[in-house]
Amino acid sequence: MKSSLGGRINHIAAWLILAILIIPSLVAFPVSITAKTYLSLPWEGVSLQHFQHLLTSPEWISSFGQSLLIAIVASALSTLLGTLAAIGLWRLSGRFIEAIRAFLLLPLMVPPIISAMAFYRWWVPLGLIDSYLGIILAHAILAIPMVVITVSAALANFDLRLEQASRSLGASLPTTLRRVILPAIRPGILAGAVFAFILSWDEIVVTLFISKFDVFTLPRRLWNGMRENTDPTVAAAAVVLICTTLVFLVGFAILSRKRGEEAA
Amino acid sequence: MARAPYKGARALNVMATRTSRFNPYWLLVAPAVLLVLALYVAPIVNVLLLSVTDPKPGLGNYVKIFESDTVANLIWRTIRLCLITTAAAVTLGYVVSYAMLHALSHVRRRMMSILLISFWISVLVRSFAWLMLLGHNGLINDLLIGLGLISEPLPLMRNELGVLIGMTEYMVPYAILPLLANMQGIDPRVTSASRSLGASSAQTFFRVFLPLTKPGIIAASLLVFISSLGFYVTPAILGGGKVQMIAEYISVQLLVTVRWGVAAMLATLMIASVLALMYVLNRFMKLSVVFGGVAR
Repeated sequence: MKSSLGGRINHIAAWLILAILIIPSLVAFPVSITAKTYLSLPWEGVSLQHFQHLLTSPEWISSFGQSLLIAIVASALSTLLGTLAAIGLWRLSGRFIEAIRAFLLLPLMVPPIISAMAFYRWWVPLGLIDSYLGIILAHAILAIPMVVITVSAALANFDLRLEQASRSLGASLPTTLRRVILPAIRPGILAGAVFAFILSWDEIVVTLFISKFDVFTLPRRLWNGMRENTDPTVAAAAVVLICTTLVFLVGFAILSRKRGEEAA
Repeated sequence: MARAPYKGARALNVMATRTSRFNPYWLLVAPAVLLVLALYVAPIVNVLLLSVTDPKPGLGNYVKIFESDTVANLIWRTIRLCLITTAAAVTLGYVVSYAMLHALSHVRRRMMSILLISFWISVLVRSFAWLMLLGHNGLINDLLIGLGLISEPLPLMRNELGVLIGMTEYMVPYAILPLLANMQGIDPRVTSASRSLGASSAQTFFRVFLPLTKPGIIAASLLVFISSLGFYVTPAILGGGKVQMIAEYISVQLLVTVRWGVAAMLATLMIASVLALMYVLNRFMKLSVVFGGVAR
């Protein structure tokens, strides 16, 4: 089967498609080191001037810091709330539970533009427009579904009887949570936290609506840069954005592999 | 089900509910639910209500679908582009899933990593990448001119073609996850049996394998179509303002012309279609399976 002509063609076609999924995004890497001052491949010389510009520009530096801060806090908040909710849903039963689970997945299902409209209109009277708190809350809400999904997946493999044993032996709910449940589902929580971080780090549509001047995240500055000019600094910023995402994904993969080996 | 409790455990549960009545696990669910309710669902309902109250009470905004050519064209264009994207992404996704199914496990793992990386690279970066590739003076046109294949740059961007390329490329991983989940659930002995009973490999594929993957194809198509409906960044960047889809039109209504009523009407239509299709999708494949692949 594998050596058949059809199978080989299928295999080659699949790799071609996978290449198209990944290679265009990598174009930012060569473009970011071009010696020219417009978007181009570095045929006529390599230069780090665009990275230098990125690292010496107060605007880009400030955006980088803001994005990092927002993503860390939003990820922590959504991980906390999402994990607790997933554990609760796992131990509760009743006909409303599936409805509540679907309810908590809403921020993932509703198109981002509609979330943006809703936050925009609601944040104005609350005074949250263009504030850290406003963006952190919005990003945390958008990331809760990711955490609920990953933690629920981890809980599905967790033996319910351990929790019951702990409770029936007299441990309180907080003790059971801390000493029995949380350690067992740590990989799922970690996955949720990483995905929540990336989600906030990359988020653009909602941010476009609820930020103005004071808060100006990295994707926001990238968006403006892309629409205004063809300065390769934007390519350098895109490289930073991709690399941060990759660092978190690879770090997560290494951590979970190590844990898998320990368990085995 | 993996978590079917023992009889004793169930009795314990019943006792717990009888004695305390209140299950403390509700306290864990409450914060997230309350936050989403107060700061997410309430604001959405608030916005959707504007579709029948702004600028004046009534269904005036909805009548625009039939009266305004702009709105009708916008809706039609969005649906058309999403359908083309769905067909393209599911076809490409099928090819990849089929190869992954038959690949050796270490090759499959490598393919999966590529898929997840592409899945998690931001839509902004990917649109920017296509901007550099497809532009008038973009890398593809430069290359083709350099090779002497064309003399004038091809119009690859600022038109529907560019938007479709960007959207399809973004959506292929979304198509693959449900397709692969479905294909991995098919007993490989079924195709072996077909082959050993004398069917050619083409016959086996078209008459045995393909029909078995119908639920996966339907789930993947629904997921891609639903996700495409809300596309904002890709059409805005690769369409260059010339290929407006509903999301971009909404943003112009809010930020430029400040007409909440029409925007809210379009948002209501969009959210109603998304939730209805999501409900149908859930019947073909549990949402946890569809989204679960993302978290692997």
